Amino acid sequence: MDIFTTFFNGRVLVETLPLLLMGLEVTIGLGLASIVAGMVFGLFIALVRLYAATPFQVMAIVYIDIFRSIPILVLLIIVYYALPFIGIRLTSFWAAWLTLTLISGAYTAEIFRAGIEAIPKGQFEGSQALGLNYFYMMVDVILPQAFKIVIPPLTNNCINVMKDTALASVVAMPDLLKQATQAQALAANPTPLIGAALIYIAMLWPLVALVTRLEKRFKAGRR
Amino acid sequence: MPGFISLKGVCKAYGSFQALHNVDLDVAEGEVVCIIGPSGSGKSTLVRCINLLERYQQGEISIAGVKVAPDRDHLAKVRANVGMVFQSFNLFPHLTVKRNVMLAPMRVRKLKAAEAETRALTLLRRVGIADQAEKYPEQLSGGQQQRVAIARALAMEPRALLFDEPTSSLDPEMVGEVLDVMRNLAKAHVTMIVVTHEMGFARQVADRVIMMDGGRIIETGTPKEIFDRPREQRTRDFLQAVLTH
Repeated sequence: MDIFTTFFNGRVLVETLPLLLMGLEVTIGLGLASIVAGMVFGLFIALVRLYAATPFQVMAIVYIDIFRSIPILVLLIIVYYALPFIGIRLTSFWAAWLTLTLISGAYTAEIFRAGIEAIPKGQFEGSQALGLNYFYMMVDVILPQAFKIVIPPLTNNCINVMKDTALASVVAMPDLLKQATQAQALAANPTPLIGAALIYIAMLWPLVALVTRLEKRFKAGRR
Repeated sequence: MPGFISLKGVCKAYGSFQALHNVDLDVAEGEVVCIIGPSGSGKSTLVRCINLLERYQQGEISIAGVKVAPDRDHLAKVRANVGMVFQSFNLFPHLTVKRNVMLAPMRVRKLKAAEAETRALTLLRRVGIADQAEKYPEQLSGGQQQRVAIARALAMEPRALLFDEPTSSLDPEMVGEVLDVMRNLAKAHVTMIVVTHEMGFARQVADRVIMMDGGRIIETGTPKEIFDRPREQRTRDFLQAVLTH
């Protein structure tokens, strides 16, 4: 067998494509759910880290540091295989969602913190001098400016989360990678794996290109 | 009787550096007070204490009888009553000029958008930039930006305005337009405390001039007294230095 019939077998690819697309659906669902939850959670942690009373700030710092240190796969296995011992039984989807959210939350917290800290002090003072309370100062003045700054690193984080969804195949979640390995076994041919790789690339390349463009524009805009 | 704005024995330290020593000051309603003095003399710290952008450690400040204290109720009252114009403008870059002026009246005074807009446009006309209302701050010159900042402060209908070196970061040819706006406010009897290096403005517009050095008020008097017959040697040295540069 030559390399084409082994790795780029058209017949196998066509036969297994429906399976791969089913997996893609799960991957996108898990990725989006984790990204959204991680972002909301991360913003919350960032605000605690910056503005809460000192003990809460310390807790936020510890949280951020721990969840940036722990390997995703380790956390996923703990959540999926260890939590049932204390009665928390999650499906593979929700175990993966929780894992990705907890870790993405720690990363986005640091991204948001950097974004907020990059806003000049005068913006805070200008808001305060006008009598805006904390809520309006953040919502109307600080966060809209911070969001602009964090879009490139945040997009980067989205890419990472999308890629990390592949780890969920370890806990038997039928995502793109899992479907591909299964299809490979069924067809006795690794073409579905190559197919999955191509799908991942097709999905994430535009995002990667977007980050590059945003970063360039951001640099130009800031002078 | 305490003044409309009253400071009694105000002390402020940054760590071991004493920025303000026992400052007493009474400003009457409608009065224009200019604060002059070398940099690092505590002028900016003084006005920043009045609206509590800086905390002071000792003494008491009150505005229209309301104590300037850091708890939520007092702070909200103080900040709503006192407007501030900064050296660096501090306009909100993501909002149009009009939106900059509308924001606080809508959020703090709970004005409807239409009312806030009418007020914003009236004020922008008053400072001479109604035609720039839809632009963003970065599209305006420094002088125009500072005039927007003044309109933004006025939109809250404050009972007093604080100016912290409002012309110090402007190109020389733009200083005049901002001072003109301030002169008109003075004529309209807006209570103003102005930290400034513009001696001509202080002489012409101030009801009272205060000379600060080393965190203390060294001398206070009418512009004539301060500029023509200063009593203190340090005032004389300072004026000598700034007027003959």
